[in-house]
Amino acid sequence: MSELFSVALFWSTIRLSTPLILAALGGMFSERAGVINIALEGMMLAGAFTAAAVTHAVGNPFVGLAAGMAAGALIAAIHAVACISYKADQVVTGTAINILMIGMPAFLSGAFFLSSGSTPQLPKEDLIPWTPIVIAFALVPIAWYVLYKTPFGLRLRSVGENPEAADAAGVSVARMKYAGVLLSGALAGIGGAYLSIGQSSLFTRNMTSGRGFIALAALIFGKWRPVQTLLACLLFGFTEAVSIQMQGVVKLPSGEDIPVQFIQMVPYLLTIIVLAGFIGSSRPPQALGIPYQKER
Amino acid sequence: MLQVDWKYVRASRSLRTGCPRSQQMLELRNITKRFANVLANDNVNIVVKPGTIHAIVGENGAGKSTAMRIAYGFYKADSGEILIDGQVRNISTPHDAIALGVGMVHQHFMLVETMTVAENIVLGAEPGNAVALDLGKASAEIQKLSAEFKLAVNPNAVVEHLSVGQQQRVELLKALYRHARLLILDEPTAVLTPQEVEEFFAILRRMREQGKTVVIITHKLSEVLAISDEVTVMRDGKVVGQVQTKETNAAELARLMVGREVLLRVEKPDADIGVTQLSVKHLSVTHADGTKRLDNVSFEVHKGEILGIAGVEGNGQTELIEALAGLVPASQLSGEVRLEGRDVTRLDARARREIGIAHIPEDRHRRGLLLDFSLTENSILGVHYRDALVSYAGVFLNDKAIRKRADQIIAGFDVRPANQDLPARALSGGNQQKLIIGREFDLQPKLLLVSQPTRGVDIGAIEFIHRKLVALRDDGCAVLLISAELEEVTALSDRLLIIHEGRIVGDVDPKVATIEEIGLLMTGSSKH
Repeated sequence: MSELFSVALFWSTIRLSTPLILAALGGMFSERAGVINIALEGMMLAGAFTAAAVTHAVGNPFVGLAAGMAAGALIAAIHAVACISYKADQVVTGTAINILMIGMPAFLSGAFFLSSGSTPQLPKEDLIPWTPIVIAFALVPIAWYVLYKTPFGLRLRSVGENPEAADAAGVSVARMKYAGVLLSGALAGIGGAYLSIGQSSLFTRNMTSGRGFIALAALIFGKWRPVQTLLACLLFGFTEAVSIQMQGVVKLPSGEDIPVQFIQMVPYLLTIIVLAGFIGSSRPPQALGIPYQKER
Repeated sequence: MLQVDWKYVRASRSLRTGCPRSQQMLELRNITKRFANVLANDNVNIVVKPGTIHAIVGENGAGKSTAMRIAYGFYKADSGEILIDGQVRNISTPHDAIALGVGMVHQHFMLVETMTVAENIVLGAEPGNAVALDLGKASAEIQKLSAEFKLAVNPNAVVEHLSVGQQQRVELLKALYRHARLLILDEPTAVLTPQEVEEFFAILRRMREQGKTVVIITHKLSEVLAISDEVTVMRDGKVVGQVQTKETNAAELARLMVGREVLLRVEKPDADIGVTQLSVKHLSVTHADGTKRLDNVSFEVHKGEILGIAGVEGNGQTELIEALAGLVPASQLSGEVRLEGRDVTRLDARARREIGIAHIPEDRHRRGLLLDFSLTENSILGVHYRDALVSYAGVFLNDKAIRKRADQIIAGFDVRPANQDLPARALSGGNQQKLIIGREFDLQPKLLLVSQPTRGVDIGAIEFIHRKLVALRDDGCAVLLISAELEEVTALSDRLLIIHEGRIVGDVDPKVATIEEIGLLMTGSSKH
């Protein structure tokens, strides 16, 4: 049992938290501007697929990373246009994007790589296992500074809390919301890219497996604040790391292995428990999810 | 048709053409604005001279706020021109208006409650550069403005912890911080106590001395006469007069606003006070968060009496009336409530209605109506199960009986338009209120709980509602009246209690007590 808590577990936690941190910080920019971003999952998938495909095509993972970021932002732009300019329901739009992004990589991989949902295996020298980790952890203080210490952050938060007040103060509500949503797509895109060209060496079908939603949960658990959100992501990452290490190690009293599926459930169960039990007192941005309508 | 008093229109025209253009701070020319099927502004012309306090008066829905929101760029006019300093300007967002020196304090404050005073003030006009927000510099500047205009407020306080009066100061500072030369204030005194109003007027006069121009939107005529230099009167989206304040009086302004003679005083015979109808003993309401909102309140209301409760809003009035109506969970309640000697403390809202307690709630949109339901459907809220209105043992609604009853209410209480199939949303505030009053009066209550009966109601309907309340009292009903309008509550009540921080702090005779005396009690600064 003691070998469970080791240096390996530490690095495993860091690696597994990285995509969550990137996506959750992205979600923070969107939700602090008042736009619910349930589409983090889809944006991550877009980033993951694009990063792997572009890296395969040009042979440079940094170009791939940038492309993944751009793909996330592009998907976010769909969300932004629908939710901000056309005032569509943010949850419905986000869900639609998630469904779209389950199908889109499969379709494109069929067209480009004659495969049913995967990109070709990348050579080891085309992977960037560290860059996204550095970006993720560096982003936490940067996000904090941007949110609380810059005019941009002040405006962004005001739009999510009380868009009418922001408007009356001469702030362009739509522009701030677009900025928040596009940033969220870019960051979720990096998070997705890390999965395909950092942690792994190819894109596989639905490889995010719900991480976008767990990031969203971490964001809520972290009360929409950068540092708390980081801690929440680390907690979820840690649980996942433990659950991986436990596989085949921890046995039932009868001596049999605990089925892998049960151990894999742990992070998701924790998500539900945390959201149900601990966030009662947290207060979301007050205008979250409400399209800003000027003349009623 | 609208009766236009040509004397005033002519006066306003000569004002417009008589002065050189450069002298006007703000001029609205032929502004027209339509919302869906409502013509909110119909060819509106308003001239505001620099260095003056200019009042814009009119009933609710007369288009005052719309006109000023257009001047501030919050709405865009369908046609017409806005002139600032005599020049035609294109103002399509608040940002444009701010750049031209126009500031506006809205009726519902435009503050981000979770942010600090300083953050709210600088929002959209931040000091420092794009990467660093210099809140220290902002605080210093805010303190300088605070001192200059005597607007004391702590820049580091979080807005949601401030009183309404303080929040208003933040709004004023916000405009001053943006170097506003013209301040537009939408119903600024609605949320203030009489003392705060005095202070506020002193601030406005100080602003005028410093060369600022102030536009104040209001429907309180006494305030118009007290503070303004000039008055523009609006009715049904049109300007019906622009006059010098010193050349007019309340009766004349009221006539212009309503289009007919209006009785400004409540006519009420002496009360014929009977036996105790409602007795409240040691009533307390403690919220789930542990705060005591109503603290050991005891009083009685007699048959044939209107007992008024005056107080600054948010001092326990809501909790009191909801506790009496049966809308506060028993777990939050302690004390005793008796109607005709019977203990009703544990009865729920429906049971209380059954024994004759009617309730006209303070917020008619939240508690009083289903806005998207028809007038007919709204007319049976709370009585929908009664034998007279259902058929087949309560399985079906008895449409015929319901419509007949709705018709009676609509006719009896002059609800306009008298179309029972319209959704409640389509009615003006005054007509919505008349529907609720009709519904509640139809219960033939022994006790009427009524809160803010004329909030957002125009002068004509106020007169009507006041007469109905007095008539109900004269029929022997006990009436508990809560109102933030001090004039209303003193005029209607036979006895007046003053509430402060959940406690009854005064019991006065409204015929004798002065507004100043009551106002002082409302602030809790003197115990009676």
